[in-house]
Amino acid sequence: MAQPILQIENLHKKFKDVEVLKGVDLALETGDVVSIIGSSGSGKTTLLRCVNMLEEFHHGRIVIDGEEVGYSGPQHKARKESEIARQRAMTGMVFQQFNLFPHMTAQRNVTLGLTKVKKLTAEEADAIAVKWLARVGLQDRRDHYPGQLSGGQQQRVAIARAVAMNPKVMLFDEVTSALDPELVNEVLSVIKDLANEGMTMLLVTHEMKFAFEVSDRVVFMNQGRIEEEGSPEELFRKPKSQRLAEFLKSSKF
Amino acid sequence: MFEQGALFYELWVSRWALLQGIGATVLISLLAILLGTILGIFVGLVLVYGRRASRFAVRLYVDFVRGTPVFVLVLASFYLLTQIGIQLTAFQAGLVALVVFCSTHVGENLRGALQSLPPGQTEAAKAIGLTFPQIFVYVLAPQALRQALPAWINTATEMVKASTLLSVISVAELMLATKQIVARNFMTLEFYLIAGLIYFLINYAIERAAKAAERRVALPS
Repeated sequence: MAQPILQIENLHKKFKDVEVLKGVDLALETGDVVSIIGSSGSGKTTLLRCVNMLEEFHHGRIVIDGEEVGYSGPQHKARKESEIARQRAMTGMVFQQFNLFPHMTAQRNVTLGLTKVKKLTAEEADAIAVKWLARVGLQDRRDHYPGQLSGGQQQRVAIARAVAMNPKVMLFDEVTSALDPELVNEVLSVIKDLANEGMTMLLVTHEMKFAFEVSDRVVFMNQGRIEEEGSPEELFRKPKSQRLAEFLKSSKF
Repeated sequence: MFEQGALFYELWVSRWALLQGIGATVLISLLAILLGTILGIFVGLVLVYGRRASRFAVRLYVDFVRGTPVFVLVLASFYLLTQIGIQLTAFQAGLVALVVFCSTHVGENLRGALQSLPPGQTEAAKAIGLTFPQIFVYVLAPQALRQALPAWINTATEMVKASTLLSVISVAELMLATKQIVARNFMTLEFYLIAGLIYFLINYAIERAAKAAERRVALPS
C-alpha cells in the first residue's frame, strides 16, 4: 500500500474543557476524495481546520506527504510560525464564507500567494491565475473586485486561489452553505471537475447528494469521533449505526 | 469705510498678525496630525498585537489621555515638563500635548478598524501560506486603513480646533493673534467671527481633501 498523502492519527482537540475531537484517525492517498458528514457540533469542521493548522490540537499527529505538520516529535512541540506558514501552503483551503480579500481584484486574490509565498514573478503568477480563473469559468471577471461578484463567483475565485498554489491536499469547508440555492451547482461542478482530475480532497459538506456522487469514501462523524467510514454506497445505502441512519433520514437523503 | 475703526481698515492693519496666526495654526495642526498619526499607529499596533504587559501600559496611556481635557494636557505639558527638567518652548510644549492627544485617538481608531476585520481574512491569508508580517501588510492594513479613514479625518479637524488651546500658553497661533487684535481695536464680534470663519475654512479644506481621498480608495461594488 502506498504511503498516504495525508495521515491523521489519534487526533484530540479541546476547546477549554470540551473535548471536540476524541481520537480521530483518517488517511487519504493521492487522488482520494473523502467527504466528512455529520451533524453540527460533531467536530468535522474542527478536524479540517486542524489539518490546516488554523486550530491547535493537543494530542495526536497530522502527517502530510511524510512531514509532520504543526508540531514535531513525541513531545508534541509546536513548530515556529514561519515553518507553520510554509507547511500551510501544502494544503489549500476553501471556506464557507469565501474570505476573498475585498481590496484586491479576482486575479490579485489568486496571485498574492504565488508571488509572496511561492516567490514567482508577477508574469508567472499572472499566467497561472489566468489559467485557473478560466478553469473556474471566470476568465471575463479577472479584474472584478469581490464586491462585484456573486456568491458563487466569489467562491469559484476562492477555489482558484487555493488550487493555484498547487497544494497536495485540498480542504473544502462547507463551501456551499452560504450560497443561494441556485448558485450551489456552479460551485459543486467546479469541485467535481477537480475531483475527476485526480486532486486529493477532504470535504466537509451538507450536500449529501454531492458527497454521494463525488466521493471515493465517506466519513460519518459523531460527537468528536469517526462513527462510520466506507464507500458512499455502503454509508448512504446500508448505514450500520443507528445514528447514521437517523442523520441520513433527517438530512432527507 | 477705510478710516480708522472701520472693519476693512482694521483688517488691513492687522493683516500680518492674522496671517502669522493662520500660519502658526496650520503648522501646529499639520505637525500634530503627522506626528500624532505616526505615534498613533504604534499605539494601535501595540493595542492589538502587543504582549500583555505592553498592551496594558499602552491601554493605560490611552485611557488616561482620553479621559483628560486637552486643555489640561496643554497646561501639564507646559508647566510640568519644565518641573521635571525638560526645557521646551511654549510651541514645543503645546505640540507635545497635541501629539499625545492625537496619538490616542488614532491608536484607538486603528485598533477598532483592525479588530473589526473578519477573522476569516486572516485565516484565508494563513491558508495560502502567508506569514504574519505579510498578512498584515497585504491583507489587514489596506482594509483597516480604509475603514479608519473617516475617523481619522474627524481627528484631524479636532486637532485644528484643539490648537486654539495653545493660546493660553502664549503660542501666537490664530486664536491668540485674534485676541491681541481685539484687545487693540475692541472689535470683538467682528474679529472673532473672522477667526471662526478661518477655522471653518481650514477644516472644510481638510474634509474636502479627505473625502476625495476616500473616494479614491473606495472599493467598487
